[in-house]
Amino acid sequence: MTETSLYLIQQLINGLTIGSTYALIAIGYTMVYGIIGMINFAHGEIYMIGSYVTFIVIAGLMSMGLVSLPIVLLIALIIAIITSSTYGWTVERVAYRPLRGSNRLIALISAIGMSIFLQNFVVLSQGSRDVALPPQISGGWTFGDPSVFEVSFSYMQLLIWLATFLTMAGLTLFISKSRMGRACRACSEDLGMTNLLGINTNKIISMTFVIGAALAAIAGLLLGLYYGVVNPFVGFMAGLKAFTAAVLGGIGSIPGAMLGGLILGVTEALTSAYFPSEYKDVVAFSLLVLILLFRPSGLLGKPEVEKV
Amino acid sequence: MSQLLLDVNGLTMRFGGLVAVNGVNLSVKNRQIVSIIGPNGAGKTTVFNCLSGFYIPSDGSVMFKGEQIAGLKDFQISRKGLVRTFQHVRLFSKMTVIENMLVAQHRHLNTNLLSGLFKTPSYRRLQDEAMDRAAYWLKEVDLLEFANREAGNLAYGQQRRLEIARCMVTQPELLLLDEPAAGLNPNETKELDELIIQLRDEHEISVLLIEHDMGLVMGISDHIYVIAQGTPLADGTPDEVKNNPDVIKAYLGEE
Repeated sequence: MTETSLYLIQQLINGLTIGSTYALIAIGYTMVYGIIGMINFAHGEIYMIGSYVTFIVIAGLMSMGLVSLPIVLLIALIIAIITSSTYGWTVERVAYRPLRGSNRLIALISAIGMSIFLQNFVVLSQGSRDVALPPQISGGWTFGDPSVFEVSFSYMQLLIWLATFLTMAGLTLFISKSRMGRACRACSEDLGMTNLLGINTNKIISMTFVIGAALAAIAGLLLGLYYGVVNPFVGFMAGLKAFTAAVLGGIGSIPGAMLGGLILGVTEALTSAYFPSEYKDVVAFSLLVLILLFRPSGLLGKPEVEKV
Repeated sequence: MSQLLLDVNGLTMRFGGLVAVNGVNLSVKNRQIVSIIGPNGAGKTTVFNCLSGFYIPSDGSVMFKGEQIAGLKDFQISRKGLVRTFQHVRLFSKMTVIENMLVAQHRHLNTNLLSGLFKTPSYRRLQDEAMDRAAYWLKEVDLLEFANREAGNLAYGQQRRLEIARCMVTQPELLLLDEPAAGLNPNETKELDELIIQLRDEHEISVLLIEHDMGLVMGISDHIYVIAQGTPLADGTPDEVKNNPDVIKAYLGEE
């Protein structure tokens, strides 16, 4: 194979890796929007907290002498999910539920306030500098001709792909088959009617926030390990990117968020491959503007029909 | 004398200075079909909204099974056994017919996560019961063969019937139907007519109906209330109402 095609393959691998974590975070935006029609701008912060908790737990366990990597990662994952879910649940309970039924703009402003609050809360408690963790999972496969270009696919990338795939499959199964998933879909179609059928919709909404936060925690763990650094501001950019992914795929649609995340990740990787890498955010957000201009309902979203 | 299932006294609803409903009284006995009729804008749907908890009435009392329900939240009222439909169909149109029926029974399937994961006998029994109940009512409204169809793809008349079936699996005692025949063709209206009578005679529930189709109303009602401009105008059996000069005046205007 020629150098150009090998290079392209490498960029696709990198893009799909980042894209799948965008997709994980985007689910949280899309599910919440699907049910209560608000953008939870504090969601990126939930992801950032997941990353921090992962780092703290791994460093803690290592210093206690626990060396088995799978066990360390499993414990970190569980604690990160529990912590992030608690934050997600609390944010909804404290900052959004009291505002339900008021103007959409008010909830949005509350969400932005929550985002700033959480960011600064982490700055205060953890400091604002980068926190680094030595690579936990190293190695991988390489293929291609070393004298031309070597494509590398690391174990860490494989882990991200696998974890994302399993999570998405589990979520899809949950939404389509389980009793709570069914209630979730009912809420997203007609919240008032679901309420009228005697279902406690507040509970379903809380659950949506918890699920979104758990997925963000998984993304936080994966991306934290992948990059090896975290700071209190990573949530902001990751949140914006995931939001873009959700809009790209059609906000409110779960398959849309998955697709949107992958497309955005690949687009970014390709941009930084062939242009100066500073352009990657420019392209990502230009994509957002273009989608909003020409296909506001996104790739898989259905145009919103005014209810009479 | 049968006991009053619903007893409404002096129901009043004000929006600012506008009095939409003014001192409406009505009562529904067990196993009765009662209709509310009146010209457009008379406040019929507002009465429904007050009864079902969409609005909190400004004044008056709403007794259901001897219990005050005015001021309760909509889901609390529906849990007590007073369930309503709307003028326009409000199905979960992207879900299948059977899923619509199961969502309505969500509350009765109240199990914890663990019993769901391990499929304990009690969980399975509840699930089977819900499925049986759904199938039973789908059969009653002739929709069993469409169970796996997306609800939004059903014909309009079928969607109307599915709505009633979905109400019925919640095991109500009083069903509030807001213009169920709107948009139906004569054939479908006749089927609906039979269904409502069947609900009363075989399933022993009461129905409170808002309807413009006079053929339907006069044919099936045990008692009719007429309201005009938010105020009660007359009430009585279909024959009494049909011949009441005030009612004729309100509908046709004065000569």
